[in-house]
Amino acid sequence: MAGPDYPKLDTLALHAGAQPDPSTGARATPIYQSASFCFPDSDYAASLFNIERAGHVYSRLSNPTNAVLEERIAALEDGVGAIATASGQAALHLAIMTLMGTGSHIVASAALYGGSHNLMAYTLPRFGIETTFVDPRDPQAFKSAIQDNTRLVFAETVGNPGLDVLNIPEVADVAHAAGLPLMVDSTFTTPYLIKPFSLGADIIMHSATKFLSGHGIVIGGLLVDGGRFDWDASGKFPTLTEPYVGFHNLVFSEEFGPAAFIQRARKEGLRDMGACMSPTTAFHILQGIETLGVRMARHVENTRKIVEFLSAHEMVSRVGYPELPGHPDRELAQLLLPKGCGAVFSFDLRGDRSAGIAFVDALNLFSHLANVGDAKSLVIHPASTTHHRMDSDALAAGGITEGTIRLSIGLEDPADLIDDLKQGLRAAAKTMQAKG
Amino acid sequence: MKFDLNNEIVYAYTNSKTYDPALSTVIFVHGSGMDHTVWTLASRHFARHQKNVLAVDLPGHGRSGGDPLASVEAMADWVHNIMNKLGVKTAKVVGHSLGSLIALELAAQYPDRVDAIALVGTTAPMPVSDAILNAAEANDHAAFDMLTQWGFSKRHQFGGNRNSGMWMIGNTLRLYERSKPGVLFHDMAACNNYLDGLTKASDIRCPALMVLGAEDRLTPVRSTSGLQSALPHADICVLEGAGHTIMVEAPNAMLDALHRIL
Repeated sequence: MAGPDYPKLDTLALHAGAQPDPSTGARATPIYQSASFCFPDSDYAASLFNIERAGHVYSRLSNPTNAVLEERIAALEDGVGAIATASGQAALHLAIMTLMGTGSHIVASAALYGGSHNLMAYTLPRFGIETTFVDPRDPQAFKSAIQDNTRLVFAETVGNPGLDVLNIPEVADVAHAAGLPLMVDSTFTTPYLIKPFSLGADIIMHSATKFLSGHGIVIGGLLVDGGRFDWDASGKFPTLTEPYVGFHNLVFSEEFGPAAFIQRARKEGLRDMGACMSPTTAFHILQGIETLGVRMARHVENTRKIVEFLSAHEMVSRVGYPELPGHPDRELAQLLLPKGCGAVFSFDLRGDRSAGIAFVDALNLFSHLANVGDAKSLVIHPASTTHHRMDSDALAAGGITEGTIRLSIGLEDPADLIDDLKQGLRAAAKTMQAKG
Repeated sequence: MKFDLNNEIVYAYTNSKTYDPALSTVIFVHGSGMDHTVWTLASRHFARHQKNVLAVDLPGHGRSGGDPLASVEAMADWVHNIMNKLGVKTAKVVGHSLGSLIALELAAQYPDRVDAIALVGTTAPMPVSDAILNAAEANDHAAFDMLTQWGFSKRHQFGGNRNSGMWMIGNTLRLYERSKPGVLFHDMAACNNYLDGLTKASDIRCPALMVLGAEDRLTPVRSTSGLQSALPHADICVLEGAGHTIMVEAPNAMLDALHRIL
């Protein structure tokens, strides 16, 4: 039996969380650039502090502009609530700090964004939280790495930089069987390409700097609670199921049910660690999200054309895009990512480090920088930038060659992008010919 | 807190406080397929305002054990039994939807035990469409979808919740999804089969408040004329912009309305 239809993604992207401003009628969500908010009277103030009324106190904790963004991403992901943070890294940190403390352990994909890897590999151990990194293509590896003190399973929907497609249903089953939540970073995919909660994930994080914004003008993160994980049944999360002295013995799972995690993250994590988002940043991200559907469709359409072009080029030895024949995740991608595998991928030039440098330096349209997910096309050559300290053997261990190039395909006319790539490839070929 | 009643676990949210016989008591009763968490903000508020608060989970719901009860009358008896068990002599009873019928029945059956009733998102009788009943009986997710979609006003289909960052459509769905199989059907059938509401209401003499959502599509304001006539002394509060899920859609306005009787 079919129930009534819910508003679809493109509609939610424009409307969810927002109502015309009640005092001015402004149709766009205003920027409430205010640190604090007036209380009508003392009892009202007390009721806000004691979580009796809905409203705002101080913009580190909540803000009307941010609230629209938070509600919008929660709606797009079919979650129960969200928190806007200062960056994607802040969202990841907030989630970890909400779920665990010293003596805990994380099982994470080995193919993570460098910032996430750094946090887990180098920073968290100083605070007594260890991480075991595993092959994201092997759900059994996640299972084998789970310990008694494990409190989180974490991976990216598509890994960085190899676009390993996470088998969310299987990894979620592994996590749930151990009484653990699965958290995924869906930055590369956005809710347009995949809905992780519907596949079994429990928590989603985004670097909203990327495709959600599209314009590349702000730094921001989003943490979304799916509301399906049973914290009480797990018994491993006292921060959510036992009295919290820091808030008059509030038991979050008791008082907020499905929203226990996101409420604790706000009431404690934002309050104490303070990695909140500026309302102006929230406004900018909202402008991006309004066009998420049409942009992502164009990102994928352009990417497929670029992938096709590169795959046929003699200077290219490998293109790593899961839709291509031979990619190890092709079948899984067809199942989980039918609308496309995103717009960030890497390919290998024939030649050495100098070929990669010549290629990047010859490009005009592609911007050479360390970011992805912009409306403008972006390029980076890891061997001469992010991974420049590594020799070829060390690069190979990370699945990178001296000629590996990472592209983030933007919204330009694809013919212009291909023309730009052609001249880069000519420059690379010329460099290699000069070397004999 | 949890306690035993007839060999079944009963859960009632109390804001971590123990019952104080020197204070007046407010009992909150949730609607079909829900649990005490729909009353969290209001419960916390009145607990701070020197009331004993009991936001109960009906049998088979939330943290209470047992099976769902078959009728509104049985549910009212169950609340009455809880009052006896805890030594609550009288209470003001706030109910939403199915909970409002329970409050009404309790006030009619046990007038000496009920000081006032607040009926939120209410009407009587409360017929339930065959589409919802059939889907609920089949434990079909479509029942949750119908109640969620039609439970929120059209404007709130897109949120705009003042509870920061919360997507209450999603939260409401998750609450329904947490209910045990068959629970929603039992609740909806109890609403549908409670046909004596107007007669019972006409016997009620305690103060009464009706909090209605102007855009309620499940218990529309226009359907409440009979109940309003049967409770001529009731204070009627219609909240603009709200649908049926009033505690979620208009938490602050509902709190202000409850102050008129609590």
